[in-house]
This record gives sequence, structure tokens and C-alpha cells, in this order.
Amino acid sequence: MLRNWRQRITLTDIVVWGIGVSIGIVIVVGTITTLISEKYSAATWLDLTVKGLALGGVYALIAMGYTLVYGILRMINFAHSEVFMSGPFTAVFLANAFSRSGFLDRQPVISMVLVTLLSMAVSMTIAVLLERIAYRPLRTAPRLVPLITAIGASFFLQYTFRGLYGSGFEAYPIPKVLQGSFVIGSIRIFSTQIVVILGAIAMMVTLYAIVQWTKIGKSMRAVSEDKEVAALMGIDVDRTIALTFALGGISAGAAGILYALLFPVVNFFMGFIPGLKAFTAAVLGGIGNVAGAFLGAIVIGLIESVGPNLFFDGLGIPTPAQMKDAIAFAILVFILIFRPTGILGERLAEAKA
Amino acid sequence: MQTKKISPWILTLRSGLVGGAVAILISLVGMVAAFSERFIVSGWFTMGQVLFLAPILLFSYTAVRRIAPQPSWITLLGGALTGLVSGALLAVLAFLIHAAPGIRDMFDKASFQLLEVLTFDLGVPNGLPGLLLISIVIGCLAGGEYLLPERLRRAFITGLVIVFLIGLLRDLIMTVVNQWVDKAKSFPDWATWSAPILTFIQNFFRRQIFAASGLKPLSAIVLFALISGLNYWRSGKPKQVRKPVAGDPRARTRLILRLSGWGLVLLLLPLVLGIFFAEILDNVGLYIMMGLGLNIVVGFAGLLDLGYVAFYAIGAYTMGVLTSPELGFFNLTYWEALPFALGASFLAGVLLGLPVLKMRGDYLAIVTLGFGEIVRLLALSDWLRPWLGGTQGIQRIAQPQLGGLVLNTQVELYYLFLVGIAIVAFVAWRLKDSRLGRSWMALREDEDVARAMGINHVTTKLLAFATGAIFSGLAGTIFAAKLQSVYPHSMNFLVSINVLSLIIIGGMGSIPGVFVGALALIAAPDLLREFAEYRYLVYGAVLVAMMLTRPEGLWPEERRKLELHEVEEVIEETAEEKFAPLAGTTD
Repeated sequence: MLRNWRQRITLTDIVVWGIGVSIGIVIVVGTITTLISEKYSAATWLDLTVKGLALGGVYALIAMGYTLVYGILRMINFAHSEVFMSGPFTAVFLANAFSRSGFLDRQPVISMVLVTLLSMAVSMTIAVLLERIAYRPLRTAPRLVPLITAIGASFFLQYTFRGLYGSGFEAYPIPKVLQGSFVIGSIRIFSTQIVVILGAIAMMVTLYAIVQWTKIGKSMRAVSEDKEVAALMGIDVDRTIALTFALGGISAGAAGILYALLFPVVNFFMGFIPGLKAFTAAVLGGIGNVAGAFLGAIVIGLIESVGPNLFFDGLGIPTPAQMKDAIAFAILVFILIFRPTGILGERLAEAKA
Repeated sequence: MQTKKISPWILTLRSGLVGGAVAILISLVGMVAAFSERFIVSGWFTMGQVLFLAPILLFSYTAVRRIAPQPSWITLLGGALTGLVSGALLAVLAFLIHAAPGIRDMFDKASFQLLEVLTFDLGVPNGLPGLLLISIVIGCLAGGEYLLPERLRRAFITGLVIVFLIGLLRDLIMTVVNQWVDKAKSFPDWATWSAPILTFIQNFFRRQIFAASGLKPLSAIVLFALISGLNYWRSGKPKQVRKPVAGDPRARTRLILRLSGWGLVLLLLPLVLGIFFAEILDNVGLYIMMGLGLNIVVGFAGLLDLGYVAFYAIGAYTMGVLTSPELGFFNLTYWEALPFALGASFLAGVLLGLPVLKMRGDYLAIVTLGFGEIVRLLALSDWLRPWLGGTQGIQRIAQPQLGGLVLNTQVELYYLFLVGIAIVAFVAWRLKDSRLGRSWMALREDEDVARAMGINHVTTKLLAFATGAIFSGLAGTIFAAKLQSVYPHSMNFLVSINVLSLIIIGGMGSIPGVFVGALALIAAPDLLREFAEYRYLVYGAVLVAMMLTRPEGLWPEERRKLELHEVEEVIEETAEEKFAPLAGTTD
């Protein structure tokens, strides 16, 4: 047994594990010293947790797009972060118009629904066009080719929207009803956070239901198992793939509005970082797995909001909040090293990783 | 895979709509208005007009080609129809800008300036019919062009493109000429005879050929006729086929002569063109160096690295930390610090390589992207501020010295880049056909088979990462020395994308391709100021278009090309096999 182990372990494994374990030790030591120092009260941690849950909900909706597309085409839709950006960046103009005419505060529900619908429609259109123009002709190409196309499309979309709507930041108007916060016990919760969490959950349940129980979802799963056999069974593969992109786009459009509620500013570059984090979430949960994406997103959201203070404050690192993006990327790197199949991703063997 | 027969009219209509949509997009992102002051032919048309009329021409041409073969009047009519539809879409946009100025709240660039360009400064009532008319004429032109015989068409297009380029680059040509006239004033005695000639050339260029912006109409026509005529005449001559004879001493001397000729051109280039161009050439050199490195990782070994900027940053920062007296750790000179900087890049390459050994394709891309961002965020953080300078970066970095000469002007740095590129290109060229290079390509084509053939994938991949990292680190050190400072903001993801785009456009795995790509992507935006803002938009579009139509790049590497077209060939073969018996029965 021991001999077998010794043969299997290579120098690379030792180095990689060494890096992993030392990072683990840093995190544990940091956490313990932070908790011992009692610099933050329990209420602060709970605040951060609620914030993290709201963020996680948004990431979950973006991650849906990655995971659905990966499940069906085995490719990372690198331009999905721009699909996410396009919706709210367009809808902000409608929201501004409502805000100026006072409609936003008179009818907050109707106007928010309209704004969200517009955002979903734009994101969906972009996603479907992307699939039709850039990805469909390349379905049989070597793997690197669609990936490079996706990167190109991502930049094209980013700078097209910058050209169309300008390179500045647009402030996102938030209805007065949602601007307040309330206190439960010692925790202060913003109304927007509640709306975001509820909205994300509703959206996730709908998406899960569509994928699991409708005919469209069934054909999507069939195509992701085997395109050719699915085609033989009478499923229109092209249409199913387009629908998958549309669904991912709708979800990203909704996520965009929720994200704008949390951080009420939009610009052309807003998609990049949330997109990467949502991708991390999708990988963490097991890419191609809808429930996994949700789980992974919640974990990423929590780590991002709680993590910097928890891990680094005790180590005496100044302004730990600067490290939140670095933590998210580090998590991504480490999952891909140690468990590329993610938490729930046993279905995907390493051949696909 | 069945193809339905589509009516040619629907095809032209569809092309017209797409062409119009593209033209509208180009107008709305602001490119048209940005280029509206730059005349190609003075008083006649501007670059802005070219930008929105070019898609109409292009899509009319494709429409005409797709409906062929048709009688010539249908071809012309089809082209005209496509042009009309595109023009109508543009006219709708122009009318909207005119009638509903509120559109500007949303579309930043839907300005009255754009309206003026779209209506040719004729005002809306005259301009809209004018726009439609011109679109129809352009569509007809595309149809007519298709009807021309091959040889004539080629001459026609060549003439058009070259005249267009001369008109577009008018300012640059004049900069070079003016600069030589200035220089002539301080020529030594034996060369004073050249001053009047230079002044004459300057006057001739300024008064006869060029207007204040763009070409003069008459000279444009003359130039077009000259170039087209020359091209037509030359393409008519039968081509001499020279067979390369092995061991022919004449071929060898010719090669040596040609190479030394190119070498001389490269040496004299910054001196002839002046400081403005030397600066651009330095930029191009920087990216060529990085491109050659990434070409090893992506092109040779097939490992898509999106965090390539990390090594560049590590090279630059190591140089900064070791030489800057501001931080005051070491105060080495450039040459003393160079080996350490390269060593640090090498180590970083191995360190990144180790964890990602098992990953392939898209996962690798994302992990390397994450790595690049982590490096940037660390350089930016307050935590490492005492060592890396935080947001303010590091200033007063040492510049390379040769004897008593500090290399700090653009022209001197150009030679440094030239030497660096020569070394790097030589190494890359020799590595390509070495045992290691062949192992890289084997891993790229099929990792499992390569490993079964006894290739050690660990060392091979690590060496790819490490070699690429060293090249990038070298570029980083020169960059740091050039600016004498490094900032975390100049180490962003866009640098990686620049490098990746240039090697893809040049042709993955192809060393000359890196040079072509760098010239096309780095020099072009620097030459045209207005273009800078749309740089990444165009990069993105070019990347997508390239992957869709010509994935092997502009200057492809042979083996790569075969690989990429392998699938198509297999499909064609199987299709032939399938249809071969059917073809027999129809006889």
C-alpha cells in the first residue's frame, strides 16, 4: 500500500499540495486570530453574511448562463459577462426615464418589472445573436477556436456598448420604497438586499423548474448528453442550443438588475469581475450542474463578503477589502487544482476538465 | 445538412438589412463622426463616409456573389437593391436623429455631427434622398465590380485600396517629409545640395498631391489610374517560375543579399522616420517580444494563457525593486538586475505551470486569467505597498547603460529592442524545430498520444511556460526602463488580450506571423489617433471574423493550418464517399 502511494506521488503533486496546505494554514491562522481579537461584533458578521447571500444570489443567476452553456456545448461562454452587462446598461435608460417622470416612485412594482423585462430582453437578444453569429459556425472546430472567438466577442461587445452608451458611469435610480433599511435584533438589513435575495430565489426556482420539468428542459438535457442521438430522437438541436443561450441570457438580464440594486452604478466594464466570479461559482458547484451553480454562488458570495476581514484582518494586512477579488480568483485556481469536478459535479469525469 | 433554395431577391434583401445594421452600428458607436474630419480625397469624401459606406459595398458584393450566376442586369439590380435597403436603414437613423433629438440621451454618439455626415452636409430634406441615391450607386458599383473580369477587378481594387491608404496616411507622410526639410538646415557642407531637392519634394507633396487633409481630387484620380494600370499591366505578364535548385550558390548569395538588405532597412528605419515613428516602433517591438513568448506557450504548446501580463509585470517589478533608489533596497544597474528579473519570471512561469499541468483548454485559460489578476491585485494592494509601491508604483528605475551612454531616447531604445527581438526570435526559431519544439507540437495535437510516445509532459509544459515567461519578463524589464517607472494599472488584462490578438491574427505558432500581427494591431492604432478609442472594439471584431473565416491567421504556420482544416477535409471526404454512388446513378 505504502509503496503504491510512493510510486504514484510525483514531485509536482508535492509542490501543489504544499502550496495548497500553506494557503490553508494561513486562512486558519488568520481566522483564529481575527476571532480572538474580537475586533468585529457578531452583528457585523451577520451584516456581512446577509450581504454575501445577496451577492451570492446575483452570482447564481449569472452562473446559470455559464453552466447551461457548458453543459450543452462543453465550452466556456467567455462573453457571458457582456451578456450580463448589456441588460442593465440598456435598461438604466428606461429606469432613468421613469425616475424623471416620477413613475418610478408612484408605481415602483410596475416600473421595476418593466425595467427588468427590458433588461432580460436585451441580454437574451445579445446571447442569441452571439450564438447564431459567432458560435454556431464553429461547433465542429478545435476547442481553442470557439474559446478565442468568445474572448473576441467579449471585447467587441464591451467596447460596442461603450461606444453606444458612452464610457461614463450611469447612476441607477432606485425607487424610494427600497431605499430604506430596517433592523432585526441588532442586524441592519437593507430593503434592496431582501429584494435581491427573494428575486434571485424566485428566478432560480423558475429556471430549475424549466430545466427539470418542461419539454424544453428535457430536450436541453438530451442535447447535452448526446447531440447526435438527440437529433435522431427528433429534437431540433440548433433550436435547443439557441433556447439554452436565451435562457442563460434571460437569467443574466435579471441578475443585472439585481446587481444594479446592490451597486447602483452601471458602466460598460461592469460585467468582467462579476462574470469571472460567477464562473468561479459555476466551477465550484460543478459546472454543468444547475443546483451546483446555485450552491457554488452562495459560497462565493459569502466568502467574498466575509472572507477578507475574517482571513486577513488577524494577520495584520491593511485594508483587507482590497483582497476580495484576489480571494475569489484564488478560490477558482484552487478548486480547479484540487477538485475540478466541483462540489456536486461527480457526473463530469476528468476527461472533460 | 440540406440547403434550401432561397430566392435571390430575399437573399439581397437580407444582405441589405445586415449591411444596414452594420452601418448603423458603426455610426452609433461614434466611429463615423470621429473620422468625419479626416478627408481621404479633399472636398469629396472623408474617412467617416468611407466607414458607413464600406459595409454597404461589402454586403452588396457578397449578396451579388451569393446570387450568382445571374444575367448581368439582375446582378446590377441585386446590388442596387441591397444598397437601397441598407441606405434606407441608415436614412431611418438619420431621420430619427433629426426628428427625435431625445435619442441622444441614450445613444451618446447620435449627434448632429453624425447627422451631417450621414446627409453629406446637404441638410435633411436633400440629404436623405442623397443618401439613398448614393447607397444605390454603391450597390450598383458592387454589382458592376463583380461583372468585371478577374484581372481587371483585381487591378481596380488594388488601386482603390492604395489610393485610400495614401489619402488616409497623408499627415504621417507629410510629417516625415517636413522633418527632413527641417533636418536639411543643419546638414554638413557636403550635403547642402540636397536641401533644395527636399524643399521641392515638400512643396510638390503639399501643393500638388495633398490638400490640407487627404489627397487632391486630381492627384487621387491620377494615382488611381497609375496604380491600377501598373497592376493590370504586371498581372498580364506571365509569371517566371524559378525552381529552387539545392546548393545553387546564386540562390544563397541572393538570400544573403536580401537578408542584409532587410537588416539595413531595420537599422535605418527610426533614423529615417523620426522620433514619432521611433516611439511607435518601440511599442511594436515590445509587443513583438511578448508575442514571440506567448507564441511559444499558445502557438507551439497549445496552452491558452490569458494571464500572460503577469510575467511581464513580474519582470518589470523585479527590475523596479532591484534598481529604484526610491525604494532603496538594492540600487543595482539595469544589467546587474536583468538576470534576477529573468530568473524571477522563469520561477513564476514554473510556479504557474505546476498547478495547471492537468488542465486543458478553457479551464487553463480561466486559471491563468485569475493568476494574472491576482498578480495585479497584489501589486495594487496596500499590503505590499512598502515593497511594490501600491497604486503609485515604482519610479526612477535604472536605464540600461553601454559604456558612458545611457539608452534613454526612443531611437536608442529601438536598437535595444532590435537586439532583444533578434535574440528572442532566434531562440524561438531554433526551438521550434528542436526536440523540445516537436514535443510541444505533439502535446498540442494530442496530449494522450504524445505521452504514450514517451514525451514527459511535465517538463515539456513547464518549459513552455517558463520560456514564454522569460521572454515576457525581458519585455517587462525594457518597458520599465523605458518609462523609468511601473504602475499596477499598466499591467491589466488588456495587455494579455493585445498579445493574444496579435499572435492569433498573425497566425498561431508562426514566428513571422507575430511580426505581421504586431504591425497590424499595435502600429495601426498608434498611427491613426481617432482609431485609438475603437481599438478593442476592432480587435474583438477581427478576432471573431478571423476565427470564422481564416483561423490559421494572416501568415499561417504550415502544420497548424493542416490541423485546423483537418476536420473540414474529413467532412468533405465522407461527403464525397456518401454521394459518390449517387453521382454514379444520375449518369
